[in-house]
Amino acid sequence: MITVAPLTAQDWGLAGAGGILIGLAAGGLMLAAGRIAGVSGITARALEGRVEAILFLVGLPVGAGLVELLTGTSAPTAFAQPWRLVVAGILVGIGARLGNGCTSGHAVCGISRLSKRSLVATLAFMVTAMVVVAVMGGAPS
Amino acid sequence: MMHRIVFLLAGIVFGAGLALSRMIDPAKVTGFLDITRVWDPSLAATMGGAVVTTFALYAIAKRHPRALLGDDMPLPPSAIIDRRLVVGAIVFGMGWGLAGICPAPAFAVSVLSPVALWFVGGLIAGVLAFRWLERKAD
Repeated sequence: MITVAPLTAQDWGLAGAGGILIGLAAGGLMLAAGRIAGVSGITARALEGRVEAILFLVGLPVGAGLVELLTGTSAPTAFAQPWRLVVAGILVGIGARLGNGCTSGHAVCGISRLSKRSLVATLAFMVTAMVVVAVMGGAPS
Repeated sequence: MMHRIVFLLAGIVFGAGLALSRMIDPAKVTGFLDITRVWDPSLAATMGGAVVTTFALYAIAKRHPRALLGDDMPLPPSAIIDRRLVVGAIVFGMGWGLAGICPAPAFAVSVLSPVALWFVGGLIAGVLAFRWLERKAD
C-alpha cells in the first residue's frame, strides 16, 4: 500500500502552475531560437564559454529568487550533507552526458517531442531514483 | 544579442517555475520519489503542466521551417535506444535520488541555499570528467 501525503488544492495548483512556467520557457526557447531546453547540455555548453548558455544558467536563480521574494516562501533547507551532494552531482553530471539529457531535456522536452528515447530515459531514471530513495531513506539529512 | 536576451529570459521563467513548483526543494523532490513511505505525488502536476505546455508550443514551432530568430529547427528525435542511453539514465537517477536535486533546480536554488553549490560543483566535475574520458576514448 502506498501512503499518500495530505495535499491541498493550493499544493496541486502551485505544482501545476510551476510546470506551466517551465513549459513556457522550454517552448519559448524552441519558438524563438530552435533550441531544446536541456539544462545538462546547456551546462556543458556554458563550460565551453558559450555566452547564451551562461545567461540561461544565470537566469535560473534570478527567476527562483523573484518567486521567493513575491511569495515570501523561505529558502529550502533540507539538503544532504556536502559529500553526498558532491557525489550526487558527479553521478548526475556523468549520467546526463552519457544518456544525453536530464530531467529537463528528457522528461520535459523529449517527451514533448514524443521521443521514445526520452520516454525510456525518463522511466529509467525515475525508477532508479525511487529505488535509491527507498533504500537510502526519505528526506535527505 | 537577441539570442542572449531570449536565453536569459528563458532561464528566468524556467527558474521561476522551478521555485513555484518547489522542485528547488530536495524535501519535495524526495517526497515525490518516496513511494515506500509517504508519497507526495504533486510534482506529477509539474511534469504534466510542463509537458502539455511544451508540447503545445512545440506543435506551433513545428509549423515553421525556422525559429523566430532565424535558427534551424532541431532534427526529429532519434529512435535508437542503446545501452549508453539506459546506463546514463540509471547513473543520473542514482545521483538524483541521492540528493533529491537535478541540474536545473540546483542552479536555480544556488543563491537562495548556497549549500546546493556542492552539488553544482560535483555536476561541473562530472560533465568535465565525461568530456575528458570521451576525448581520451576517441
